[in-house]
Amino acid sequence: MINNRSELLEIRKNQNEMRQLREIGGGKGNRIELLVGMATCGIAAGGKDIYDELETLIRDMDLNNVDLVKVGCIGSCYCEPTVQVNMPGHAPTYYGYVDRDAAGRILHEHVLQGKILKDKVVPMSFNRTDPAGARKRQFRIALRNCGNIDPEEITEYIAFDGYEALAKVLTEMTPLDVIHVLKESGLRGRGGGGFPTGLKWQATNQQKNPQKYMICNADEGDPGAYMDRSLLEGDPHSVLEGLIIGGYATGANQGIIYIRAEYPLAIARLNTALDQAREYGFLGKNILGSGFDFDIEIRLGAGAFVCGEETALIHSVEGKRGEPTKKPPYPSEEGYLHKPTTVNNVETLANVPEIINKGAEWFAAIGTRNSKGTKVFALVGKVKNVGLVEVPMGTTLREIIYEIGGGITDDKAFKAVQTGGPSGGVISAEYLDTPIEYESLRSLGTMMGSGGMIVMDEDNCMVDIAKFYLQFTMDESCGKCTPCRIGTKRLYELLDSITKGTASPNVLEQLDMLGNNIRNSALCGLGQTAPNPVLSTMKYFEEEYRMHVEEKTCPTGVCKGLFRYSVIPEKCVGCTACRRVCPVGCISGHPKQVHSIDLNLCISCGACFDVCKFNAIKKA
Amino acid sequence: MEKDLLLMEPVTLPQDKLSLLDAYIRSLDDQEGMLIHILHRAQHLFGYLPPDLQLYIARSIGIPASKVYGVVSFYSYFTQVKRGQHTVSVCMGTACFVKGAEQVKEALKKELKVGMDETTVDELFTLKEIRCIGACGLAPAVMVDDKVYGHMNEENIRTVTSSYKGV
Repeated sequence: MINNRSELLEIRKNQNEMRQLREIGGGKGNRIELLVGMATCGIAAGGKDIYDELETLIRDMDLNNVDLVKVGCIGSCYCEPTVQVNMPGHAPTYYGYVDRDAAGRILHEHVLQGKILKDKVVPMSFNRTDPAGARKRQFRIALRNCGNIDPEEITEYIAFDGYEALAKVLTEMTPLDVIHVLKESGLRGRGGGGFPTGLKWQATNQQKNPQKYMICNADEGDPGAYMDRSLLEGDPHSVLEGLIIGGYATGANQGIIYIRAEYPLAIARLNTALDQAREYGFLGKNILGSGFDFDIEIRLGAGAFVCGEETALIHSVEGKRGEPTKKPPYPSEEGYLHKPTTVNNVETLANVPEIINKGAEWFAAIGTRNSKGTKVFALVGKVKNVGLVEVPMGTTLREIIYEIGGGITDDKAFKAVQTGGPSGGVISAEYLDTPIEYESLRSLGTMMGSGGMIVMDEDNCMVDIAKFYLQFTMDESCGKCTPCRIGTKRLYELLDSITKGTASPNVLEQLDMLGNNIRNSALCGLGQTAPNPVLSTMKYFEEEYRMHVEEKTCPTGVCKGLFRYSVIPEKCVGCTACRRVCPVGCISGHPKQVHSIDLNLCISCGACFDVCKFNAIKKA
Repeated sequence: MEKDLLLMEPVTLPQDKLSLLDAYIRSLDDQEGMLIHILHRAQHLFGYLPPDLQLYIARSIGIPASKVYGVVSFYSYFTQVKRGQHTVSVCMGTACFVKGAEQVKEALKKELKVGMDETTVDELFTLKEIRCIGACGLAPAVMVDDKVYGHMNEENIRTVTSSYKGV
């Protein structure tokens, strides 16, 4: 139990040796550390097996000076499992694609003989000891501790200035001081909307009601984004600290973390972190002797994308159907249980302690005029170095995809990048040099969203992508308002007819009109932004849409429904496989005789093409 | 599938599991507000949420059954039909989609001889789609129960599914 700020400082001092070693391979001790990436993706890639292997080997080899540390995701998802070796007097070495054999070699060659395994070293596209980050493009604020500390050990978080911001806030600042710093820093919500965090806190602070709530939105529903999961798995205390500071600033004594049930590991680590924070006195009554009380509980989601919308989220926290309601009243006036409530995203909260520690000016100096600080992106899809990246606002898409991401997989041609998930849109090659900020993305017809960045290459069909997103929003529409419930279904049907070649000639005008109607009339953010994937792909890839509609061809060959199938008589041996698999019975022919397809009945499902072992079905 | 619910045979709910559920419900202060947590616990205990169980929960916490059903049917995580021993979930996040989740799904349907949301004849597997599981670095990904398998393709799915057979 820590009672005051000097006791916190004491714990940090005791960890100094470890911090030195972890950061720059400094310190004079003889301890050697192996950091194994054990977030969900690390474990799925075999990180647990590597950890067990190393543990056994270390025991068998009597390496008493080697410590194994379980860390969260370092962001280099493409090369997992990863192991980082920290030896005093040497800069940290990162190994990727580590298998059992490499694990043994790390101990025998690197740890015992000081020989670096050149074939397994992976470059890091960021540098923790070079705060300017200028040479490395990436700059980590929210992800500062991810992959660097054991998320299940609160002392490691404290070693890296953890809970220092909370101590500072509680001993030196009034709630209004905190809000002032946040406003000056220019921090905006990282969950999608981009609303200034300081203003949000101020709105709740001004409410007279003595009972207020602080909610952390960890319902990361955007398919293709996982920064919140990584943060909660890799550095849960930074989110807790941000939430407690938010409670102090807004006048709330109860915090709630609303998290998706699909993230079991993040939930487990959050629970561990909460227990430790209580044990150390960062949660509970009279925190650090300041007289401020605050506690946090976890509420589970159950799989509904709309619950990312704050009013829907609040209903779900109350145990109800997660349907949104009209704003105003805003949650800051009337939220959870009709009390003033602040809802902040995970990444937003993780930024807060650093802003308090380093100051508003420091934060405001990073980024662009209207978008301050950094943003974490999940760089995924057809890009070589798939992973989490954190870059200053204003970095261009080209820098992210080509310099950090290493370019397109198999060196194919870049086609588009999708940001903002189902609420966003695509950006084509001609806009690759656009600096990323809230406003610039919006003017391109997409949005920042929570930070999914899905790279697509020449093999991806844009109509198909739009259809994918509309299927998503159609399924996830809560059904409360008509424009979204019926509108998204009709949009989907129109897109489906395009991919099947049955669309009417004026389908593009229909899509445009319906899309704009939904945008203007839906109740909540999910509905209003649902047409974005369609409208933006139509805007940048109109030619591709026209080819589907007018010439009934899909240039990428993705839309199976546009193909016409026929039997190549010279190759057909009459095995009857295609006849048996055809769902509509449009293939005729006797065994050992050439078969034929009745095009009037054929639904272009492609089943015959897939099943034929003699390549006797022609697809055109 | 939903429309058949009323026609479903009443099920006998095992008493030992009901006692565990009762104990959990009693431990909560705000039972109505914790409905989603109660349903999570119930699904964990019973494997699914048949109508009788929903009614039981409604009566335990003193709210209309329609309200419980409204919540159960709203969230995709809850299921009202019995599942197989293992749930095979194909991630349909965007990253997986652009890297061929559709083909993985088709291959699994063929391999397990079931459609989506269906259970194999031996009741070993239920095949379903899942929203992004956040393992985009491993796309396309498949999750069997809580275990994530990355870089799936038409060839290696068989290795995964067969590792659950005869266990």
